[in-house]
Amino acid sequence: MRVLVVEDDKDVANFVVKGLREAGHVVEHTSNGRDGLFMAASENFDAIVLDRMLPGGIDGLKLLETLRGQNNQTPVLFLSAMAQVDDRVRGLKAGGDDYMTKPFAFAELLARVEALTRRGKGDQPTTRLVVADLEMDLLSRSVRRAGQKVDLQPREFRLLEFLMRHAGQVVTRTMLLEGVWDYHFDPQTNVIDVHVSRLRQKVDKPFGQPLIHTIRNAGYMLRLEEP
Amino acid sequence: MRWGRNRGSPGAPAASVNGISLLRSAAFRFGVIYAALFGISAVALAAFLWWSTAGLLDRQIEDQISIDSLNLVDRYEEGGPQALMDSIGERIIGNVDDDTLYLLVDPGFRRLAGNLETWPGSLTLDDTWRDLPIDRGGLQSLARVHYFELPGGLHLLVGRDIQNRALMRKLLASGMLWAAAIAVALGSIGAWAVRGLFRATIADVSATASAVSAGDLSRRVRVSGSDDEFDLLAQSINDMLDRISRLMDGVRQVSNAIAHDLRTPIARARNRLEEAAHDASSEADLRAGINRAMGDLDGVVAIFQALLRIAEIEAGARRSAFVPLDLSPLLTDIAELYEAVAEDRHIRLETRIPACLPGFGDRDMIQQAVANLLDNAVKFSPDGARIRLICGPQPGVVDSVRIEVIDEGPGIPEPDRAQATNRFFRGEQARSTPGSGLGLSLVLAVAQLHGGTVELLDSRPGLHVVMTLSGQQAASLNA
Repeated sequence: MRVLVVEDDKDVANFVVKGLREAGHVVEHTSNGRDGLFMAASENFDAIVLDRMLPGGIDGLKLLETLRGQNNQTPVLFLSAMAQVDDRVRGLKAGGDDYMTKPFAFAELLARVEALTRRGKGDQPTTRLVVADLEMDLLSRSVRRAGQKVDLQPREFRLLEFLMRHAGQVVTRTMLLEGVWDYHFDPQTNVIDVHVSRLRQKVDKPFGQPLIHTIRNAGYMLRLEEP
Repeated sequence: MRWGRNRGSPGAPAASVNGISLLRSAAFRFGVIYAALFGISAVALAAFLWWSTAGLLDRQIEDQISIDSLNLVDRYEEGGPQALMDSIGERIIGNVDDDTLYLLVDPGFRRLAGNLETWPGSLTLDDTWRDLPIDRGGLQSLARVHYFELPGGLHLLVGRDIQNRALMRKLLASGMLWAAAIAVALGSIGAWAVRGLFRATIADVSATASAVSAGDLSRRVRVSGSDDEFDLLAQSINDMLDRISRLMDGVRQVSNAIAHDLRTPIARARNRLEEAAHDASSEADLRAGINRAMGDLDGVVAIFQALLRIAEIEAGARRSAFVPLDLSPLLTDIAELYEAVAEDRHIRLETRIPACLPGFGDRDMIQQAVANLLDNAVKFSPDGARIRLICGPQPGVVDSVRIEVIDEGPGIPEPDRAQATNRFFRGEQARSTPGSGLGLSLVLAVAQLHGGTVELLDSRPGLHVVMTLSGQQAASLNA
């Protein structure tokens, strides 16, 4: 997967580029908005990690607006020190697909970048999600595992749906909080862990083979074999 | 401050009082203005007096002379020169005060009648009105005269002796001169008094301001209690100083708290890293140490984010994003989020949420505030306890919402309750539980932004938090 990183801070850029490369991605980096816009417009990337404040006359917002003006729909993740709610709203309004504030954990960034690319591809509406022997019918809102019906509360259903849509990817607690509950704050207690563990009780426990795995220092992943 | 600057400037004028040059001193200016006003009033008064006394006499005399002359001219036109001469003679005899002057001369200026010996040489034929020094029986005197040329070449002079009036005028003039001197003296004294009064009035304000800028925030301007304009000024200055000192206290408190509450985890992270660098015997140890340090740093970041979030809410910038919303599903969702955590610890979370609860505000903020309340409740409740979330319209207040969270934890002791919403405040019982002491601060900030309040009550045992949100602009969702 090809990722463009537009970030002027050398340390942050190196950290991000190195991390993404180690995760197996092809990464291009530029430190100013003008080059960033040129590269984003002329080459094909699967995702762009974009800083908001950039030197060179074109900041992140302007870059993205120009890009979207050219009907370029490459998924963009903002990575910014501007952490106010209004900043976030502005970034998403300009056409950003996700917004992360510095300081950040790399695992969170990686998970979100990988989730972005998935979102870009799977645009056609799906009615059925399948991971190994776990099946989810989005129309009848029913879940089966190994042919057996699994009864889920509406929230548990949405939690499982989110995990299945991102099957094989790391999903962080913040992503779950935002994607499943639409909450944009950090609860102090481990509320997400409790909900995931409840889901495990229903989806994994009766069937022996676990599908929902905990990824240390990052979050969760739904897939067949132990990572 | 201004004084200091003046004192320091090398080119300051020599004439200065307490460092302020006399010309630039407002007190001096007020004094001068007072003196000028006083002087102008005195001059106006004197002018009026003069006009109404000396001026009046002048005008009266001229009127008398005019009437007298007209009568004499009439007589001349009726009876000719002889009748005029008789008439003059009668008038001189009939004049008891002996102040009338007449002189009739022929075209050669020879005297025909009257009580003046000779035609005054200095009187030319062009003059009609004139003040003349005259010699009457050896006595020098002053006269006001009017001169007529009669048909037939005769010249008539009618006048009044004004010696007495001139004396009175002199008296009046000297009186006024004295009065002027007294006025100048009084004006100066008054000006000095005004200046002193002014300086005395602002001296306290000025001294207080200097003391405050020098760092003594406890100083206040003296209020005389007379409720005058200066008292109002003093009162507003004192109010301002109170507010400033409250803000300063707040800043000091927060910086102390930051110094303590951020320094601690940073120090811990540092120690862990140092320990890992020095003592780790295996890679696993090293990693574990680094991971723990990262956890500490994440905590610091979380505290920063919470602080910034509170500041953002307090700044009120998001009020423009307020919308009418139904709080019922929002509260139900939050309760559901925490129900699982509570259940994990065998805590019952009971909710009483109406099917529809119209409110007005920012969805994210209200969610976060309620989440913080439930977070606290779960954190401090013993296993097996009960937490209640009761929501509904605020009784008696239109469009206002009341959200109550009642737990069975240790509660907050009475003396601590007032401080519980302060940033970084942590009660005795809270010291051992994880947290930053910012949760209730955020709840308060959110409530205040929504025009509401936060009340901490005792539910014996436990804490009973009542948060109200004002929905002044709340549009009924049913409408």
